[in-house]
Amino acid sequence: MASTVDTPAGRRLQHVKHIIIVCSGKGGVGKSSVSTQLAISLRNSSPTARVGILDVDLTGPSIPRMLQLDGHPVHQSSDGWVPVYADGSEARLACMSVGFLLKKKEDSVVWRGPKKNAMIRQFLSDVRWGELDYLVIDTPPGTSDEHLSLIEHMAPVAGRLSAVIVTTPQAVALLDAMKCLSFTRAVSLPVLGLIENMSGYVCPCCGEISNVFSTGGGQEMARREGLQFLGSLPVDTDLVTLLDAADSGAADSSGANSGSETFDLLRRYQRTSTAPLFAKIVEEIVRTLDQKSSPA
Amino acid sequence: MLAVQSSVPVPDALSVPSNAPEHCPGTESELAGKADACAGCANQDICASGVTRGPDPAIPLVRARMETVKHKILVLSGKGGVGKSTFTAQLGWAFAADEDSQTGIMDVDICGPSIPTILGIASEQVHSSSSGWSPVYVQDNLGVMSVGFMLPSAKDAVMWRGPKKNGLIAQFLKDVDWGTLDYLLVDTPPGTSDEHLSIVSYLKESGIDGAVLITTPQEVALQDVRREIDFCRKVGIRVLGLVENMSGFVCPSCKTESQIFKPSTGGGRRLAEDMQVPFLGAVPLDPRIGKSADYGVSFLDEYPDSPATTAYLDIIDKIKDQLEH
Repeated sequence: MASTVDTPAGRRLQHVKHIIIVCSGKGGVGKSSVSTQLAISLRNSSPTARVGILDVDLTGPSIPRMLQLDGHPVHQSSDGWVPVYADGSEARLACMSVGFLLKKKEDSVVWRGPKKNAMIRQFLSDVRWGELDYLVIDTPPGTSDEHLSLIEHMAPVAGRLSAVIVTTPQAVALLDAMKCLSFTRAVSLPVLGLIENMSGYVCPCCGEISNVFSTGGGQEMARREGLQFLGSLPVDTDLVTLLDAADSGAADSSGANSGSETFDLLRRYQRTSTAPLFAKIVEEIVRTLDQKSSPA
Repeated sequence: MLAVQSSVPVPDALSVPSNAPEHCPGTESELAGKADACAGCANQDICASGVTRGPDPAIPLVRARMETVKHKILVLSGKGGVGKSTFTAQLGWAFAADEDSQTGIMDVDICGPSIPTILGIASEQVHSSSSGWSPVYVQDNLGVMSVGFMLPSAKDAVMWRGPKKNGLIAQFLKDVDWGTLDYLLVDTPPGTSDEHLSIVSYLKESGIDGAVLITTPQEVALQDVRREIDFCRKVGIRVLGLVENMSGFVCPSCKTESQIFKPSTGGGRRLAEDMQVPFLGAVPLDPRIGKSADYGVSFLDEYPDSPATTAYLDIIDKIKDQLEH
């Protein structure tokens, strides 16, 4: 293998302390929503934390929408692509996605493996992240080109990689999460833990909890496989609406750039009922990562 | 220098081999073997000689096998987890309810095959005979093929890059002994990538009746569906219609309907209008659908009185209608 900083990707990522890959196996279980929350919460975990979020779901990028950055262009500088900052002038939450490179939002990216591989390599080697405490990488469903390319190109920084697996409680999703776990084992990627998403839905009318996608499966799988169970997140319609940018009045044009009203999304996120649950998950993750890096 | 403001133009995606260099002009292009990007490609000589402008050798075999298949339908979604596989399974069961018709389901989601679990045949295996691989039968007139039947254990991850996936899809189409079928339903993985391009290019000559697109009501899913419609137009596949899944949830305790995934931009119906594709219907979220899928039983048969069943059957009728035209 190449030594530490031999490749462009290795050089670019040498100032990134921790790289967290969010994966799931199955689609639509909330990888992007978890990645977004993880990035926001990690940024919020300390007043100086700098976080990057990279969306490698090339044929279905959702991160720009969730961070309310739809339609922002990417600029190029002499030192590589400048990521889009979700928190305006504070510039502590940088984002990069293929969504920023599309002319129209309905354009499809119809690429086979080699082109996806090339795009991922560019994302890893050409984006000017600067110094980051955490880089969160949102992946597409499955265990294929994108995942293999990521692992391959990040080999020089393999020691700083770890993964979070997201699942829903249904058997069908757990099955795919299992495959995802097998993948992490095959490429020796340490797993920080498992998050069970969409675990129950609280009726807004009577407060009755319905297990829309069943419940408890994630915890059971974590126990069986000896994984850390990071927590379960119920379906939170406020969060869905927020991340769907349903009422993104201010966020569209000026919101992200105005210095005074810095990070509207964070403020609104903290009002959702998921935010405190997620803060606990992030605490756990930060603790595990600190332990991991301290002996070295 | 990189043109960062726009994505790299997609050449003719269907003719780019899966192991091509980054800017491959496509094997069927006039420039094949002669473009700048071809320098150093292992296949440059083959492309330059002109033989690649002919069709893929698997295509005649696929065509022969597909001659006895009347209707070929793709189930697509763009976004993952919106209910493609569940819908495909329900559609299969509904078609197979007619004893005189033969239906096949082909699961090309190679990294996350869910069809065997949803149909309750997860532990089955594929057998091969002189006439090809025989599909696994759920009932006499419903055959299924999935990579899930070929794995030693359900835990195993299929970590394949594009070319291997394409190879398997070609085999599914030419080596499976489907027999005479009225309907072949193809369940796809999320996105618009290798699997989709392969299935389209292999089936193009035999003719694809069309694609059913599945979505959920929130904008994050809809934006992926727009991309999928764009894909269908690029490769020339008719869109049979759009289904909105997980649309509204009825609380089992107080019977109030609430929107888990809010249609903040008008949902599937509005999207179908905007993009001028038929809207087939909306299926409410019923927790028993997911449960049926986990246990591998037919939701339509188990809960005939659920509003979701009515919605499903209505949509299936519309699809049949569309196929007649």
